[in-house]
Amino acid sequence: MTELNSDEVRRYSRHLIMPEVGVEGQRKLKEARVLCIGAGGLGSPAALYLAAAGVGTLGLCDFDAVDFSNLQRQVLFSTDDVGRPKLRAASDRLKGLNPNIRIVGHETMLTSANALDIFKDYDIIVDGADNFPTRYLVNDACVLSGKPNVYGSIFRFDGQVSIFATKGGPCYRCLYPEPPPPGLVPSCAEGGVLGVLPGIVGTIQAAEAIKLILKIGESMVGRLLLFDALQMKFRMLKLQRDVNCPVCGDHPTVTKLIDYEQFCGITPQVKAADQGKVSADQEMSVSDLKARLDQHNVFLLDVREPREWEISRIEGATLIPLGELPKRLSELPDPTSGLEIVVQCKTGIRSAKAVNLLREKGYTRVKNLRGGIMEWIQRIDPSLHSY
Amino acid sequence: MATTVFIPTPLRPFTDQQATVQVAGASVGEVLQNLVTVHAELRNHLFAADGKLRSFVNVYLNDEDIRYLNKEQTPVGASDTVSIVPSVAGGAGEVRP
Repeated sequence: MTELNSDEVRRYSRHLIMPEVGVEGQRKLKEARVLCIGAGGLGSPAALYLAAAGVGTLGLCDFDAVDFSNLQRQVLFSTDDVGRPKLRAASDRLKGLNPNIRIVGHETMLTSANALDIFKDYDIIVDGADNFPTRYLVNDACVLSGKPNVYGSIFRFDGQVSIFATKGGPCYRCLYPEPPPPGLVPSCAEGGVLGVLPGIVGTIQAAEAIKLILKIGESMVGRLLLFDALQMKFRMLKLQRDVNCPVCGDHPTVTKLIDYEQFCGITPQVKAADQGKVSADQEMSVSDLKARLDQHNVFLLDVREPREWEISRIEGATLIPLGELPKRLSELPDPTSGLEIVVQCKTGIRSAKAVNLLREKGYTRVKNLRGGIMEWIQRIDPSLHSY
Repeated sequence: MATTVFIPTPLRPFTDQQATVQVAGASVGEVLQNLVTVHAELRNHLFAADGKLRSFVNVYLNDEDIRYLNKEQTPVGASDTVSIVPSVAGGAGEVRP
């Protein structure tokens, strides 16, 4: 087994004097290889504590750049890191924290084509993904490669933690056999998240990963932790392996990785709308909108949330948040009136969903404001606050 | 006799932001039906058009998954709690669209 050098002995002294860790446990940590999926809200605290604890090989899989809006919760990054690739910023921070460990960056989107290859060099996977296709992909890849999945997820004030895909234990699919249809469950980007929540959930994930490495305590296999920060309540529910589970059941039908976007109902049309795509003839530029607003012959529909509306709004817009749109159609001009509707959000993604929704409901004269209010602020009215 | 139903934050907009709701019913199914009768907007989130519980919504009686009890026929007592446990994907943050 690897020896600890004198710096490591000093650094980990508070571990070494604990009988549950000791020199032997610290060596296990040094030999351990943990992969964090996502260097975001959950991956930040998890990676920081795993690095500090001396996990010898720490992998990070992410392909984003640091955004200003990440800093509210993604404690791996500093204000100076905004715009930098996350993995470069994270690597600097983690190496600064603990130069004795190896940081491995996987600057790619995790896919069915690369997941098993990336996972093969690790012992434990810490899932901090932000979308359902990746959740199912991580789960299935963990089951197929026999690696425990330390799972954490968050939404607004709620967190969930468990360990999936251990031998004989339940997997994510045993708990959630099917994903919700696209659009029904809002993402953190749409619903928001209390900044400190991923700190709590991500550090619990780190604690569980360390317990798995040290083989101490009672792991969370077969248990689901529900955390509610508003009520400050932790509740523990029992999980069971489903003998009929298509991946980890007694007669598995999923024996290799599949198309997870398709599994989650993300069709090319949904994806196009998700990415803010509508056909070019269904888009309007901010300068065209300005001219139309000046002529008062357009209905401008803002589908953002009320909090965003309070930060900045385009004069003359009507606010109906995307989630409320289906039941508030009566507040829109009648489709037969001929008045054109232009839909707007922050950057044009939610409004593209609204455009598609309105077209399904029979509104033919609907356009998406390209670039949303952010582009409006940049090109038409810089006096408004961008956020 | 009323049972306490725990409502997760994603569904609280449909229960006037209440974290727990007291609902009457002798079985889990009855409790859930009474819940969506009082809070009608919840129905679409919990039940599919055919009236079946949606597959991505898990329901627990105390700390047990009702799938491994007697499903919606599972009897409910006064001291029991019912929890709705929805799928949540959030984690890594991205640029707000």
